[in-house]
Amino acid sequence: MKVVLDHLTKIYPPRNKKDGGFVTAVNDFCFEIPDGKLIGLLGPSGCGKSTTLNLISGLETPTSGRIFFGKDDVTELPPENRGVGLVFQNYALYPHMTVMQNITFPLENLKGADKLSKEQMEEKALEAAKMVQIEKLMDRKPSQMSGGQQQRVAIARALVKRPRVLLLDEPLSNLDARLRLQTREEIRRIQKETGITTIFVTHDQEEAMSITDMIVVMEAGSVRQIGHPQEVYEDPKNLFVAKFLGTPAINVFEGRISGGKLYIGDDAVMDAPAPDQEVWIGIRPEGFIPAADGPLRCRLRGVEVMGRDTSIISENDHCQSDTIRSIISSEIRVDRNSPEVRFAVKPNRTYVFEKESTERIYFGWETPYSPNEDAPSCAGSGEAAAQAGAGPTKATEA
Amino acid sequence: MLEKNNRKAWLYLLPAMLFLGAFMVYPLVDVFVYSFEEGYNFASQSFFGTGLYNYRYVLRDPYFMQAVKNTFILVIITVPLSTGIALLISLGLNSIKKLKELYQTVFFLPYVTNTLAVGLVFMILFKKTAYSDGLINLLINFFGGSSVDFIDGPYWAKMFVMCFYTIWVVMPFKILILTSALASVNEDYYKAAKVDGTAPFRIFTKITLPMISPMIFYLVITGFIGAFKAYSDVVAIFGTDLNAAGMNTIVGYVYDMLYGNSGGYPSFASAAALILFAIVLTITCINLLVSANSDNF
Ligand SMILES: Nc1ncnc2c1ncn2[C@@H]1O[C@H](COP(=O)(O)OP(=O)(O)O)[C@@H](O)[C@H]1O
Ligand SMILES: [Mg+2]
Repeated sequence: MKVVLDHLTKIYPPRNKKDGGFVTAVNDFCFEIPDGKLIGLLGPSGCGKSTTLNLISGLETPTSGRIFFGKDDVTELPPENRGVGLVFQNYALYPHMTVMQNITFPLENLKGADKLSKEQMEEKALEAAKMVQIEKLMDRKPSQMSGGQQQRVAIARALVKRPRVLLLDEPLSNLDARLRLQTREEIRRIQKETGITTIFVTHDQEEAMSITDMIVVMEAGSVRQIGHPQEVYEDPKNLFVAKFLGTPAINVFEGRISGGKLYIGDDAVMDAPAPDQEVWIGIRPEGFIPAADGPLRCRLRGVEVMGRDTSIISENDHCQSDTIRSIISSEIRVDRNSPEVRFAVKPNRTYVFEKESTERIYFGWETPYSPNEDAPSCAGSGEAAAQAGAGPTKATEA
Repeated sequence: MLEKNNRKAWLYLLPAMLFLGAFMVYPLVDVFVYSFEEGYNFASQSFFGTGLYNYRYVLRDPYFMQAVKNTFILVIITVPLSTGIALLISLGLNSIKKLKELYQTVFFLPYVTNTLAVGLVFMILFKKTAYSDGLINLLINFFGGSSVDFIDGPYWAKMFVMCFYTIWVVMPFKILILTSALASVNEDYYKAAKVDGTAPFRIFTKITLPMISPMIFYLVITGFIGAFKAYSDVVAIFGTDLNAAGMNTIVGYVYDMLYGNSGGYPSFASAAALILFAIVLTITCINLLVSANSDNF
């Protein structure tokens, strides 16, 4: 089911007299989610991800804007008539019910012609349980299961009514690292098997990059960039997105463009055919090339060799953070005892942003991102995207 | 090492154990012994013989049987009713978010108000004086009924006042416990239920009620124990001669046997106290069994 968010806005009134003003939790959200895709909704805590999800599920009503499932305008529909499944961070399984009772609970609410017999319900529940591989645990209580198993039950409960749209609100946040990896693959597999349009909320960029077809990066209620995960990583449209994606994080410098050159301090690191101005410069860790005559001079603080990669830790007065972390191939040797390390930078891993607006400055040589396989572009039609099948699911490593 | 730690632990516990022993265990044992000693006399420290005589006497005493009847009526009426009403009020409070804090204070007032002040309120409500028949009677009159003497009148009227009073007094505590129990149910359960189109009544019976059931059990058990121990409230309303008023309770009977008009019979008092103990113990065990067998998470 294609989901269209049309200028969706949610403004909360002040909670009480003391805490002052209105909160714009979601600001003019426009997005057409193609059918059958897994969409990552990514952003820091408090940026409006849950609110967006609640608007789609119908738990909240938008202040303005409309929501469509396919061709149906569902903006005024109550949650139960929308056909959505919801999964929460804390699973929200009913603790006094067994797994079976938890999964059949949504079915028991069906009325009239949809009403099911007990056998039908249990059959459907078992089917959903098989999908998440918990069919052997049907008689357990939630407290007798691990977090990962509980989250699977929650997913089965959300799937049992065959929703048109599946909404997951930080489903992995309560799991430990190992289970998180495992469960996210599981979610990806289930989503592919069922082909249900899925929106996956997370504040963990790695999670979003690894399993989604497309990510939406949000900041303070507004969408900052939408695109294929690798596209958003390689071609950030603004400083926020550049900083939010990537581990280790991007290195941000204060710099300027002067006479067609890009300067960090007194070092002209690359050509920059743009008007003279103060700028932010973001260089990905893999964007540094150690070179004896490299233009960017930094004080060397340490070298960490870890198998394939070497991390060079260095300092520069114009860097926003205390240290610069650059990652290079282990095959390149670095003199650990030298007080200074010099770098050349890769132009396609170096991004320049306007000082005030923090929007990206393009120089004209950037090649637009082109996915290896057909991945939907955010402006593309849902139909074409649906045909395209699954896009690449793994963000290629940095 | 462990041995030594153990000994140390007992040493630390010793003062508390001595205190408990002297003021709780010893009197309990004493009461147990008294209850089997026929005609024990405080002054001469003498008794005629041992046996079940005291129990036989107490169980045949019409005043005691009246007290048992009163106590049971009180327990059976007030515990479910007060818990049920408290639950209704708490549900109401929980749904009106804005007024919650204000109402919580209002409902909690009786809990912190002096017993005498509470008694005064009941006087105004129910007591017939030279000047007025009491507020409730004014109301009854207004709707065309004739006045009832709630304090010295018919048994059912007095029972009504007693139940009313008991419910009213325990209400704030129960509301406080239940509102916080309701508020502590995670919002996500309701969201999940709403997305699944669960009807409000089903949400209440299938989600809310099971989630707060531990607190309800707690209230029922403490409610039973509290109501079985009723005494001072009854005195506050009906005066000290409860046997004459026909409103005595088991604890009242024990007290009367020790110090009241018919006072000076510690053996009978002890026997009555142990009978009460047996009743409360049985009921609490049944309660615990029931709660252990029902939904445990
Ligand atoms: N019911 C509400 N009333 C008022 N403000 C709210 C409410 N729910 C969320 N907010 C505010 O809206 C903003 C977005 O919240 P939320 O969508 O929960 O963020 P996220 O899920 O991205 O962490 C936050 O500033 C939050 O304080
Ligand atoms: Mg959230």
